[in-house]
Amino acid sequence: METILFLSHADAGKPALEALAAAQELGGTLVVGLFGADVQPFANAIAGCGAARFLGVSGADFAPARYASDAAAAAALVKASQATMVIAPATARMNRILAGVAQRCGGRADTHVTGLSAAGVTRWYYRQRMEAVVQRTHRPWFIALEAGCHAPYTGAAGTAAVETVPVTLPALPTTVTGVHAPQSDQQTIRPDAKLLFVAGAGWTKKQPDGQTHVPEAAELILGFLHKTQASLGSSKSLVDLSGEGQVVLPFMSHLNQIGQTGATPRHPKGLATCCHGEEPHVVGWRFINERRAINLDANCGWARGKADVLYVADAFEVMRKVNALLG
Amino acid sequence: MSQTYQIVVCGSIVPDPLQSLEPITSPTGPALKNEMMLPAVLDPWAMHALFEAAHLAQSVPGSKVYLVSVAPKAKLQQVMMTVAQKVPFELIAVDGPASGFTEAAEIAPLLADAIKSIPGLDPHRLFVFGGWESASRGAGATMQIVGELLGITNQFQGVDKLTVGTDGSFEVLERIEGGKHQISKCAGPPAVLGWATGSLPEPPNNPQIGMANMRTVMPALQKAKPAKLTGEGVKFVSVALPKQQRQTKIVKDTPADEIAKEIVAWIQES
Repeated sequence: METILFLSHADAGKPALEALAAAQELGGTLVVGLFGADVQPFANAIAGCGAARFLGVSGADFAPARYASDAAAAAALVKASQATMVIAPATARMNRILAGVAQRCGGRADTHVTGLSAAGVTRWYYRQRMEAVVQRTHRPWFIALEAGCHAPYTGAAGTAAVETVPVTLPALPTTVTGVHAPQSDQQTIRPDAKLLFVAGAGWTKKQPDGQTHVPEAAELILGFLHKTQASLGSSKSLVDLSGEGQVVLPFMSHLNQIGQTGATPRHPKGLATCCHGEEPHVVGWRFINERRAINLDANCGWARGKADVLYVADAFEVMRKVNALLG
Repeated sequence: MSQTYQIVVCGSIVPDPLQSLEPITSPTGPALKNEMMLPAVLDPWAMHALFEAAHLAQSVPGSKVYLVSVAPKAKLQQVMMTVAQKVPFELIAVDGPASGFTEAAEIAPLLADAIKSIPGLDPHRLFVFGGWESASRGAGATMQIVGELLGITNQFQGVDKLTVGTDGSFEVLERIEGGKHQISKCAGPPAVLGWATGSLPEPPNNPQIGMANMRTVMPALQKAKPAKLTGEGVKFVSVALPKQQRQTKIVKDTPADEIAKEIVAWIQES
């Protein structure tokens, strides 16, 4: 029987609850391993998960998301649990350490996993262009489950008896000094949004009057994002323009990019505007359920067969009216 | 600046992103159909890492960039014809597969051994760069394992910016959730940095750099040791292309008002 360690930092939120629920479904002996400044509140929140043991590494040294301290804590938890399988949420913090911890513990890691069952793990290769089911005989097997791929744990809270696992930290030359976030009115990436709005390079091209209308494009896009609280994605060509020093949409960066070298976000709906790429956009939209697109090319290669609805229209005109209707 | 750096960039080749890919079953496991015939490029994230490495080396005279690559050497040679014209580097090649279906745990030791073979390697000057993921395996695992094998625990992933100080310390911006960056300061190398896209545009081709690089690239390719991977302990139950093909409804010759109403209704559906 497998010993399954649910491994997470204590402030991982919903992705952690999803990974915990997936770990529960695997059967075997469940052990919870948490690290962070104070693990007790989260351990209490999941006290009813049926874990045989709750292991914790707590302290100020484990508050920041830093490789050296996180990896040391995670490796200590894995060893203390004698886990044969380790299930973790694929947060930025866990993704930073998981493969390194697997190496430290003599294990193997599968990351960006989108499905988990007795048959194996499902993950994508070649930037979401092919899907594979993988099994391993090697143990311990570390698995990082992507957010939004499993229903979260909703069991009862309680009081968990957390066993403290001692950790000897190495020298820590790295200090986390803060987080750089866009100002709230410039925050355009919203992972929990119901809608992904994708802007393509067409927004910055010459319009029927022979002129570009970048300021108006920016106003329309930001206005739409403000009214709908949608998340903003971009084609590579559009963000590359900003790197090349051209006058472009000022709020757009590589962080917004979706597709081959960008993100593949998960949202229930997606609306693409002025996008004309093929495979990179298909890749970026892999995990969007309902997809609609607005562009001027009825034969757009990426939209046909990939979008549910393609509106052949001027995106400036349509979005102007959409914003007016949204009030 | 008194500190100079040895900047090692790990990166392999991937099929050109615009190529259609089809999985097949080979005697050694899953592979791509006509893999050796597909046009290849340096992995996009590794490419960003290479540009950032060259930028750092240029700003700190006396620094040197190495490109360590595990790839079929015939394909690597083709890719080097283009990449070598971008920025100055010294190639260290290992002749092995570049398939996404290989194991990070098998590739990483090859890279670590190649890095260790660099004459005069000095950990106090060492930055190990790479992509935070690849466009093939896409696991984001190799760089961490390389770091572990080299004993480097200053590791950063999803890096968009590196700023080195005059005292040898440096500051890193790493991508985290929600379009934010975590800011970290580190006393100094060694460090592993898995780059996201960074902020530098692709440098133009420079034939002079190309000629200088090719003087070391060709001997490096000739010296490339073959690597044999076993893929032990892993079984691919299935590898398939996504089947989903949507019946796209084309709406044209429709007034913008009507389209806007339809879109708003769709957005507001629960």
